[in-house]
Formats: sequence, C-alpha cells, structure tokens
Amino acid sequence: MHALDWMLVRDLWRMKGQVLAICLVIAAGVATFVMSLSTLDSLQGTLDAYYERYRFGDVFAHLKRAPNSLTDRLAEVPGVAEVQTRVVEDVTLDVAGMPEPAIGRLVSIPDRPRSGLNALYLRSGRYIEPGRDNEVLVSEAFALAHALKPGDSLLAIINGRKQRLRIVGVALSPEHIYQFAPGELLPDARRFGVIWMGYTELAAAFNMQGAFNDTAVTLTPDANESEVLRRIDQLTAPYGGLGAYGRADQPSHQFVTNEMKELRGMALVIPAIFLAVAAFLLNVVVSRLIQMQREQIAALKAFGYMRREIGLHYLKLVLLIVVCGVALGTLIGAWMGRGMTEIYTAFFRFPVFTYRLSGSIVLIAFAISSGAAVLGTLRAVAGAAALPPAEAMRPEPPATYRPLVLERLGLGSLFSPTVRMILRQLERRPLKALLTTLGIALAVSVLVVGSFGLDAIEHVIDTQFYLAQRQDVTIVLVEPGPSAVIDEVRHLPGVHRCEGFRTLPARLRSAHHARRVAIQGLEADGQLNRLMDMKQQVVAIPPNGLILSAKLAAILEVGVGDSVTVEVLEAERPDRDVPVVGLVDDFSGLAAYMDIQAANRLMREGTIISGAFLTVDQDHVGQLYTTLKNTPRTASVTVKAATLRSFRQTIAENLLLMRTITIVFAAVIAIGVVYNSARISLSERSRELATLRVIGFTRGEVSLILLGELAILTLIAIPTGLALGRALAALVIRVAYDTELFRIPLVVTWFTYGFAAMVTLLAAVFSGGIAHRLLAQLDLVAVLKSKE
Amino acid sequence: MGEVEVHALRGVDLFLYEGEFVVLLGPSGSGKSTLLNILGGLDVPTSGTVHYRDHDLSTYDDAALTRYRRDHVGFVFQFYNLIPSLTARENVALITDIARQPMSPDEALSVVGLADRMDHFPSQLSGGEQQRVAIARAIAKRPEVLLCDEPTGALDVRTGVIVLQAIERINRELGTTTAVITHNAVIAAMADRVISLSGGQISSEKRNERKTAAQELIW
Repeated sequence: MHALDWMLVRDLWRMKGQVLAICLVIAAGVATFVMSLSTLDSLQGTLDAYYERYRFGDVFAHLKRAPNSLTDRLAEVPGVAEVQTRVVEDVTLDVAGMPEPAIGRLVSIPDRPRSGLNALYLRSGRYIEPGRDNEVLVSEAFALAHALKPGDSLLAIINGRKQRLRIVGVALSPEHIYQFAPGELLPDARRFGVIWMGYTELAAAFNMQGAFNDTAVTLTPDANESEVLRRIDQLTAPYGGLGAYGRADQPSHQFVTNEMKELRGMALVIPAIFLAVAAFLLNVVVSRLIQMQREQIAALKAFGYMRREIGLHYLKLVLLIVVCGVALGTLIGAWMGRGMTEIYTAFFRFPVFTYRLSGSIVLIAFAISSGAAVLGTLRAVAGAAALPPAEAMRPEPPATYRPLVLERLGLGSLFSPTVRMILRQLERRPLKALLTTLGIALAVSVLVVGSFGLDAIEHVIDTQFYLAQRQDVTIVLVEPGPSAVIDEVRHLPGVHRCEGFRTLPARLRSAHHARRVAIQGLEADGQLNRLMDMKQQVVAIPPNGLILSAKLAAILEVGVGDSVTVEVLEAERPDRDVPVVGLVDDFSGLAAYMDIQAANRLMREGTIISGAFLTVDQDHVGQLYTTLKNTPRTASVTVKAATLRSFRQTIAENLLLMRTITIVFAAVIAIGVVYNSARISLSERSRELATLRVIGFTRGEVSLILLGELAILTLIAIPTGLALGRALAALVIRVAYDTELFRIPLVVTWFTYGFAAMVTLLAAVFSGGIAHRLLAQLDLVAVLKSKE
Repeated sequence: MGEVEVHALRGVDLFLYEGEFVVLLGPSGSGKSTLLNILGGLDVPTSGTVHYRDHDLSTYDDAALTRYRRDHVGFVFQFYNLIPSLTARENVALITDIARQPMSPDEALSVVGLADRMDHFPSQLSGGEQQRVAIARAIAKRPEVLLCDEPTGALDVRTGVIVLQAIERINRELGTTTAVITHNAVIAAMADRVISLSGGQISSEKRNERKTAAQELIW
C-alpha cells in the first residue's frame, strides 16, 4: 500500500463521525432507490409471469345476453387468439357475522380446472365437481376477511331466491388481483368477493342456458387492439354490449399499474433529494478537509507529487465514502425491498413470491451517487490540485471580518459581543451559510413530502365521505325501475330520506378520443350525494348538459362549451351529442354527471332510477340490513361506514410505512447536515474558542458562539424547507398521483408542517448536543500551543 | 491604500556548485525564503532566469516544475511539514513511492539516526526527531539538491545540532548539493560558502577556509 493510501485511511478514520454521517445520507438515498426499483422490478416480474401462466385476457366485454353461437364469431375477429365466454352476475350476500349485506360477483367457470383464459390458482380446497349442487370457490381476500374455509357456506340472493352456496375451495385469479365492488373507489375485500361457480349451474340460475353475458379474449401478437375492440363492439351491440375494453381499463389491472406508477414516482423524487444532500455534504466536508490540509498538499507538491495524483487522492477519498454508502444502502434497500415486495405480494395476492435485485439497479445507484458526489467535490479537488505550493506553505491569511450591515446602519449596540461574533461569522461566509440552510431545508422538505399523503387522504375522506356523500347506504337495483320504487324504499325500516339516481353506462367520444364511463344522473336539488370538487365547493348540476371530471375532459380534449358524443350502452342505445356545461376537479376515476331528468330525457324514458341513496336512523339500521339482505330487487348495497373503514385500512397500510421510512431518513439528513456543520465550525474555530475558554468564558457561552450560528440557520431553514416541501409535494403529485384512477389534491395541514419542523428541530438539538460534548474535549493547552 | 509592488528579490546573480554546502544568511524579510522557493521550483521569478544544469526553470510550466522537484530536489522545512496521519516510515515512503531510484525508508531513517522510531506518528516524536524524519524524507529520493528552510528554526541548540549533523553527513557522504537558509549566523561556520542577503539583494559572499563541524557549533 502506498503512503498516500495510508494517509487516506487515517484521514477517513480521523473524520469517522462525519464520514459516517455522509455515508448514512448516501445510504438513505440509495436504500430508497434500491427498495423502490427492486420492488417494482420484482412485482412486475411476478405480475407478468402470473398473467402469462394463468392466461389473463387482453380484451374484456360485458353484455346483456348473447347466444353461445356468438363465441365462434368472436373467435373469427382478426387478431383474436382465444375466446372465453361466461356468465357474470352481482348478487347480495348474507355472510355470517356481518350485519350489513355484502356484494358477491358470481363468475361462471368451466367444469374442468385450469382450462381457458383467466385460469384460477387454487390456494386451498378443491375444484368444483360437475353434478354437485351449489359448489363454489371464493376469492382468497374475501375468504380471509371472513375467515371462510372450504366446508363453510354463504347465503346469496340468486335471481330473487335465497340460496346456500357451499365453499369447496379458495382461489386466486389474475383478473381479480384487486377486487372492486361496482362503482367503488378502492378495493374492499370484506364487502366484495368474487365467487366462482360451474357454468351449467350458474346459467340455469339466471336463465342463461346456452348463453353468456361476459367475455374475455386474448390477442395475437400482431393484433391491433383498437380494431379488435371496434369489431367486438359491433358483434355484441345487438346483444346489449356495454363496450369492449382493453387491459388498460380493466379495474384490477389499472389499480396494480397505478400502484406501480406511485412506486416509480417515489423511486425518482425521494432518492434525488437524498443524493443532492449527500453531494452537498461531501462538498462541504472535502472543501474543509482540503483547507485543513493546505500545507500537507503544498508539501506533497513540493516533493513532486503531480496535480493529477493529488486530485486522484481526494477523489479516492470521496469515492470510498460513496462505495460505503452505496454498499450500506444496497443492503438496507434490498432488505426493505424484500419486505416491501412481501407486503405487496400479500396485498396483490400473487400466488408466488419472488424477490430479485438486479445488478443494474445497484450499478445505477452507484453511478448516480458517485456522479453526484464527484460533481459536488470536483471544485474543491480541482482547487486543491491547483494550489501553488509556495503560497500554500504560508499560513492562511487571517480571516477578514467587517462590521455587519446593521452595525454600519448604527444599530450595532443592539447586539451583545457574542451575538455580533455569530452574525459576523454568518456574514463572512454567506455561501456556506446558504448551503447549510439549504441542506437542513431539504431534510424538512423530505418530511413534508413523506407525510403530506396522509393529509391529502384525510382531505379526500372528509370531502368524499362527509361533505359530498351524505348518504348512509346506497342501493343498486337489479334492473332500472320506475320512480315508484323510491316510495317503496322510503318505507323500508329506518329510512329518513331517499333520493334516486340513474346510472348510464356509456362511451364518450370526441374526435379520435373515447372513454367508457358511467354517467351519473343525480337529482338537481339532491342533498345526499352532492358533486364536490377538490376545494370542497359544491358543484351545481345544471338542467341540461354534462359535467365532466377535469381529467376526463383533458383526455377527451374538450372544455366547457364543446360537446361530446354520448353513446349509451344500454336499452335503446341512443347516440347523441351533449354539450359539456361544467368541469369538476374530482379525486377518482373518470366521471360524467348530469341532471337525472336530463338523463331520462336522453334515454327517452319516463322517470327511471338505477338505485337510491338513503339516510338511515341508526337505531333501525340492523333491521334495514336484514330486509335488504332478503330483497330480491336490490343487486347491491353499499354501506358508507364500512366503505370508509376499508378505505382507511388500505391507505393506512401503504402510507404509514412510507411515512415511517421517510421520517427515519429525513432525520438522518438533518443530523448529517447539522452535525457536519458543527464539526467543521469546531475545527475551523477551535483556536478561537479555546482562547475564549482560556480567558474565562464558560463552556456554555462558548457553545453558544459555536451553535448559535447553527441555531439561526436552522430557524431560517425550517420555513424555507416547509415551502420547498410543499413544492416537492406538488411535484410528487404530478409524477405519481395524477392518474385516471386517482388524483390527490395538494393539501398539507398545519400538523404536518409542525411535525416536520419538530423532527428537524429535535435532530438539530441532538447534533448540537454532540458538538457541545466535543467542546468539552477541546484540549485548551494543545490548541493554543499548535502553530498558526 | 492602493496596490504597492514589493520586490522580494532584486538583481540576484548566484551559482550553486555540485556537491557544495551553501548557507544563505539573512534576517527575516531579506528574501531568502523566496530565493529558496525559486531554486526549488516552488515559485518562478517575475523576471530573470533560473537554470538547473542545462535546463531553464524559468520557462517551466507547473507540470515541468513538479517533474523537476520530483526528480532532483529534496526539501526540509522549518515546521517539518510531516503528514500527521502517517508514521515516520510512511512519511518517508510518501517520497520513495514516487522517486526513480530511492533508498528504502528504513535506510533513509537510519541515516538520520531514527532506526528505532520508524513506526511512531509525528505527534509521538520530539521536534528534533520530527525534523530528522523530514530530512530522511528529503534525502530518501537521493536528490541532487537538498534545500533546507530554517531547519533548526523551531529547535533548541542541542536538538538543532543533531539535525545539522544529519544534513552535514548527507552532504558529505552522498555528495548532495545542499543549501540551508537561516538567520542564525553561527550555522554559517559549517558551510563551504556563505551568502548573505538583505533587502532582496546579495550583500556579501564569503568562502570558509575551514568548515566547522556541526557538533562544535554553539549558539
């Protein structure tokens, strides 16, 4: 080993506290990067394999009823590889131990296992046996939520009759990775379950013998998806087709993709912040080190060391720190990634767990960190290498101080000498002060970014579930019915108020853009389910025309005043141009709203409703549930309190984990920056501080001079960081949370701001405490004896 | 106050001969450090020329000066300039790592009488010992020229003499051209030639008929 390398090792050891702090910051950045990307990579791999092995469909279509003979014609569509037809019906379930009714989606399956598309993975029990009555398989999420196992049974209202279904197995399907009840925001395994039943039996129960009402197809590699969609629509239209859609619009797939997008967003923004801070810390520490080693560098140059060799020496130092950080970060990231993948595998209910960390992710992490670090230190290293030796051999000229601006204005008497020392120090090195402030501010901003998600979700809950949706229960009818149904519903036990709504499945088109949506016809003066935007303003529903989600309008490239073609996919299937009369910034999905009367006019029907919103007297709620569980005409019942509970649960699992991770890492940054700054000030000013101690200053007073500077910078950094955090949160929303499925408003509460400020302050105080203890170790005699 | 041009050296015309021991004598501010820096290739004169054998150092760029220092010059500084994080042996190895035909660090340290202190860090050595490590470091590359800037400036008499003995021995045994700058007139007695500087100019030059051994110096 060369002597220069020994110097490297010893320098690293001497600065071990600072080196460790920088290492940890780099490790934090690399860990989030490795965790997010490896989780993404693993999940994508598992998902692809799952889809392929269980033959997940490429195109899906639902219709009213078509004869099985249509299957062959579907198969003849150019680009279609394989066709699966089936019967799918939503029914009300009565599950033991659950007061409110649940929704079951009955899906017919072939009599033999593992044939056809969307094959099932049997988790436990056995496949159904032909000829045995009422045997079903249930989805695992639903089974777990209700502790159902093979041998148990369920009550379902099938075509108006209450039937007992016997569970023989628990299964998974690539089609229902996430299970959405119709019209729901988020998956809810407790209130919604998929139930697979033999075709023969299910078709018989719904008078569908020799027919089907749902189809899935796979495409050949050279297929043109939009052309296939068009042809399938043509074929299914006469049979009440609701419009074919590709994987991109398949709810489960969409949700999984959405989660992936969020992960990817996180893989970009947070590590970028950490790496920026790490580069900054390295820059500060290396500049300082070089300053302290001025004479050593000069000596090396006097002995004939080349600039290149000296530059390389410091680059090695920097790269060694980076390598340590990357290695540590990779280990932590792989560990967290594995855990994260495990959580997501359980969350997505993938049949197999695989975690892989590809070398390229680690290489990219190293390239980014070393790139950031080298860039950050390049200037200092170049300066060191260029130092003219004769000049460096002379002791550094004494630092130039000057009176403060305030003092020049004649306000100097306001400050004590101690405060003046602190302020002059700040004014003398404005760049250093600025960078330190920025570093601390970044820590604050990471905390804001890591926590604002919960605020946004609370805002969504508040808006969606309390201000907009004031109903307790939503009922969906099996078949749209006349408004007289409202009167019947109004007389159900405990019902206070009741408002009908009309839902129209439709395709909205404008130029070459098109989207399938459900148009909601609401009562214009309705009080229960109000339309509300992100700013919690009620949006009035005009008597004519459509109100669109802003996101949908953007996709269709239309604005207020334009019109869109509405192709209703139900009944007479009218196809009309309807003006867009308003836009609403809403949270989820792509929606279109209109006055229920206008919807009825569009359909050329009398007053028809698809369902109703109810408010219920809490004392009679049990009675209402029992009645609804036994009402044949209701297809599904949604209970708000239950929805809310599951919404919170789903969100909490994801966000709380993220929040914990960011808190730990933000604390690492804050401590890293403050500790490093304190260490550097201490080494730069040890002589000055020791002198003060010798002439009689107490340790506390000297501490104040050393740490007062940092305290001021921390106090400036906190509001700066809060503002920066808000800006970064807006960026995260843009990158990760602006999808067709969800939009999150930029909401940051005072609690979050306070929390971010508090954590940073604690980290700063902690680091200050360490510096204060170091001050106690200051060897007064040795410091004063050493040469200038 | 405006900028004032200050000449550290003015009209200096000087030859150093191979193998000779020269003492450059002068009070602080006389320009002797600047002269040494120019001789050692640490600095270039604003005007005039400097030659080493056939080479014109005054035309050298930074890289060429580095090459000159690396291959031909050994330096000893008043404040030793040892690397505190390296042991005595490693401080010497710093030079032997990059020199063309160095002696081993152990050998160089033995020459200055520190064979038993090789694994000590600078902080564990006395001032005289530190300066002797610096000398070992300077001579380990077998330089043609050894330049010493106030080598005893920070030392007491007894230790100073030990250090001077080391320099004397190197000049004698290795035939290294040696220039020592000092403000201590006593040291001049051990030189072949004594050059006095004041106000940036050479004020006198004298050749010693008889060199005094370092051991006999007292101040």
